[in-house]
Amino acid sequence: MKILVCITHVPDTTSKIQFTDDNTKFDKTGVQFIIGPYDDYALARAVELRDQSSGSLTVLNVGEAETEPTLRKALAIGADEAIRVNSFPSDSLFVASQIAHYAKEGGYDLILMGRESIDFNGGMVHGMVAEMLGMPSVSPVMKLDLEGDVASIAREIEGGKEYLEVKLPFVAGCQEPIAEWKIPNMRGIMSARSKPLNVVDPVSDEAATKTVGYELPPAKGSVKLIDKDNVEELVNLLQNDAKVL
Amino acid sequence: MSILVYIEHTEGAIKKTSLEAVSYASALGEKEGKEVVAVALGKIEDSALAKAGSAGAKKVLHVADEKLNDGVIQAHASAVGQAFEQSGADTLVLAKSSLGDAVAARLSVKLKAGLASNVVALPEEDGGYKVRRSIYTGKAFTDTVITTDNKILAVKKNAVALKSDGADAAVETLEVALAEGDFAAKITSTDKATDEISLPEADIVVSGGRGLKGPENWNLIEDLAKAMGAATGCSKPVSDSGWRPHHEHVGQTGVKVAPSLYVAVGISGAIQHLAGVNASKYILVINKDPEAPFFKAADYGIVGDAFEILPKLTEALKAIK
Repeated sequence: MKILVCITHVPDTTSKIQFTDDNTKFDKTGVQFIIGPYDDYALARAVELRDQSSGSLTVLNVGEAETEPTLRKALAIGADEAIRVNSFPSDSLFVASQIAHYAKEGGYDLILMGRESIDFNGGMVHGMVAEMLGMPSVSPVMKLDLEGDVASIAREIEGGKEYLEVKLPFVAGCQEPIAEWKIPNMRGIMSARSKPLNVVDPVSDEAATKTVGYELPPAKGSVKLIDKDNVEELVNLLQNDAKVL
Repeated sequence: MSILVYIEHTEGAIKKTSLEAVSYASALGEKEGKEVVAVALGKIEDSALAKAGSAGAKKVLHVADEKLNDGVIQAHASAVGQAFEQSGADTLVLAKSSLGDAVAARLSVKLKAGLASNVVALPEEDGGYKVRRSIYTGKAFTDTVITTDNKILAVKKNAVALKSDGADAAVETLEVALAEGDFAAKITSTDKATDEISLPEADIVVSGGRGLKGPENWNLIEDLAKAMGAATGCSKPVSDSGWRPHHEHVGQTGVKVAPSLYVAVGISGAIQHLAGVNASKYILVINKDPEAPFFKAADYGIVGDAFEILPKLTEALKAIK
């Protein structure tokens, strides 16, 4: 079985978000970049599935040269090879077209990625890729087991779960607890250096949106502390000041 | 031209988030001189669908095909796509949800429509069709210009004021053609806690953290939630320890909530948790550690022991009901 995992290269979840150049650019100063946390879950499950079926696992990122350490980390975690589509990921439709093209070319049976990137939070790329390839898409997936070419899936829905059966090939957006994150070990890190990382060109420049600027939300005022023995005052504030009760 | 709104329903009524999407479309329609048409799929009474009118829809197209009762993603995308073309719409508005996201993504490709997700304001026309949306899990906003003729806007929950003064909408039956391939992903069952208020859509959320010390103390959270008419949530360590089910985990990698009031009890306020709640209108923090970082993000706070405060607060709330 051939598995493709698409990963994003995003600021660490603890990063302070700031912008530069008159709020037109993300400020990378002091920011550590990581594999998208949801993508990391997809990758962890993919490693397990690959090991079960003795198939192959390719990891793909649409990004510029700076994302290569992130791809190397995915190789250290257990991917067999990496593809970097050499372009800035400016728009979800653009990214989806790249993935769809290389997924088709590689003939993958299972395409996994995170439910959403943690920078733009669109959660749209997996559905777009699936539509482009004429495959089913399922997201957010919290459990994925394979028996032959049929997957049994648990998908999170508002206030519960939905269980599905889907035949390969398909696309899934993943989240916890599909698998435990895998920390690369020394052997993985060493072998990642010699695994292939192929840089390919984007296949089109088709995009449907463009980002023109950023803004931070207004700063929060200071907290109003209420004495622990005066919950009535709190109730009064919630009722008459905030008007939320 | 018209604006089509994909509305979801549950328990025989239109979901609140979908009514927000209709309200958004209604304000957009007024601005652009377009009529708002909604489309609903699967089994629901026409009288319940007519309520979309209160939020500003003139007409609701109802595809009553029973095969659409379940939210099969491809089938819903296919049906909504046909409704879009038949109704002569150029804009699709929907609420972000587990089903809405997937449907929007597929339709973006099908309809060659630029898509903006997590939309928090009406588009501005200066320099193109510019839409403001929330990014970095609520830590920032971005302005995105949609460059295609057809457009899809996925509206973030609680970002739009609910309109509720419109007259009932006319409901029309719509027939669509569904292919076998639309049902390639088979839903075998669903497991839904229907007796509780849905966490992502709740107006008030009460969450507990490790400060509650164990699952056996959750009645304190549940009692407070009940007195407030709130849904319950929890922090990541709590769901990781199995004290509470995963779908209650609020935070960056869990459910993102945007209620009018978020109550955090015994949660220190790690940045990953804050990312899931920072769209809340008001935040109340109860924590015995005055240095808990959550106080910096809070509007109201009580420093003290949750085991002492929660029962008193619950009683005080019951007294005003």
